[in-house]
Amino acid sequence: MSMVEFKSVTKAFGALTVLRDVDLTIDAGEVVVLIGPSGSGKSTLLRCINALETINGGDLIVDGVSVKEGRSRVRMIRQEAGMVFQQFNLFPQMTALENVAFGARQVRKLAKKEAHALAQDLLAKVGLADRGHHYPSELSGGQQQRVAIARALAVKPKLMLFDEPTSALDPELRHEVLRVMQQLAEEGMTMVVVTHEMSFARKVGTRLIFMENGKISVDGNPAHLLDHPENPRLRDFLQHVH
Amino acid sequence: MDFDWSVVVEAMPTLLGGARLTIIITLIGLAGGMTLGVAAGVMRAYGGPVLNAIALVYIEIIRGTPMLVQVMFIYFALPMLANIRVDPLSAAITAIMINAGAYIAEIVRGALLSVHKGLSEAGLALGLPNWKVLFYIVGPLAFRRMIPPLGNQFIISLKDTSLFIVIGVGELTRQGQDIMSTTFRAVEVWSAVAILYLIMTGMLTVVLRITEKRMRIL
Repeated sequence: MSMVEFKSVTKAFGALTVLRDVDLTIDAGEVVVLIGPSGSGKSTLLRCINALETINGGDLIVDGVSVKEGRSRVRMIRQEAGMVFQQFNLFPQMTALENVAFGARQVRKLAKKEAHALAQDLLAKVGLADRGHHYPSELSGGQQQRVAIARALAVKPKLMLFDEPTSALDPELRHEVLRVMQQLAEEGMTMVVVTHEMSFARKVGTRLIFMENGKISVDGNPAHLLDHPENPRLRDFLQHVH
Repeated sequence: MDFDWSVVVEAMPTLLGGARLTIIITLIGLAGGMTLGVAAGVMRAYGGPVLNAIALVYIEIIRGTPMLVQVMFIYFALPMLANIRVDPLSAAITAIMINAGAYIAEIVRGALLSVHKGLSEAGLALGLPNWKVLFYIVGPLAFRRMIPPLGNQFIISLKDTSLFIVIGVGELTRQGQDIMSTTFRAVEVWSAVAILYLIMTGMLTVVLRITEKRMRIL
């Protein structure tokens, strides 16, 4: 069953067209890695899925619901599509545990006790069982990003969106975030990941998409594309990333 | 020149009565001003074109005219215009409310807009409705940033109550004036009045400092 379906989606910011007639179907269980030069539209494509950006043309169906169906339906989409941001965006006034429990309480309406138990489990899952009482400012970037992943999981999404989750991290902190993402993929989570981590794309991704000028120009098997990039611009891009 | 501080001792009950009224006008006026200010500030920050325009007109009219004119208008012009009779105390409280509300609205708007956009996106991405994002995430963070400018506004409003001498409200300055006119002890009386104002603003400052310390400022 398709989890996400772009049907001729167009997105523009004023005069600047960022997505041009994009068609894309993502099935449940896929781990799609989006790459491309900056300004190619990969982050915008991701942000259209949970309607943080409003599409201007075409249609976009997520788990059977169109992003054009109105506010309350968009909230349903967002509850099914968890998002992890480049800058973590943890709520600074809440502890790590409260950050994770927040969505479970406010969105899934769990009682405080159940929400905290769930949050504790999720923190343990991302390797931060002993950091629950810390505020985001007291955590390293890698730890903050893992809390952010747990926070998204607390709403029990069917799909996870990652917007350059390791780009703001020091190299030695990236692997701890990537390891959590790999574990998530192995559990069968459907994932769409904007990243420059080619080793992650090769090891974890089931599909690699190369974007250029608001269009999908290459779409295929990650290992195959990374070893034999036939598209000259993909080859050029990969040379600059490596 | 010799001083006669016994005048102050004798006048103290009257002055304290005036100070009490000053505090009452300030507290009720600021409670209303906060309500108005938060409403207008949220309308400015998140409202559509219509709500935004309404809030903007309110803010610009109030900020663009002297408070003295505003209170004169409420007390003297309103009864003629709309046949609404207001007693001096209600006029005074209303004037503080609408005046402080306009300034607080800009404080609220600024603080709301200063909260990093990524935080509200993170809230929305969880599937929360806008009002919950405002209430649980952006609001608390903005409130912490509002405390210093709010403190300024609270002190200004407290001192602005002295303008109500013109409509005969028996607040502190008015009481000082009355005692002056019978005793002619300017130095003693105005010193006492000034010190009472300082004590009130000082207490307000302490309360605000404590509030600020108790909240982790981010």
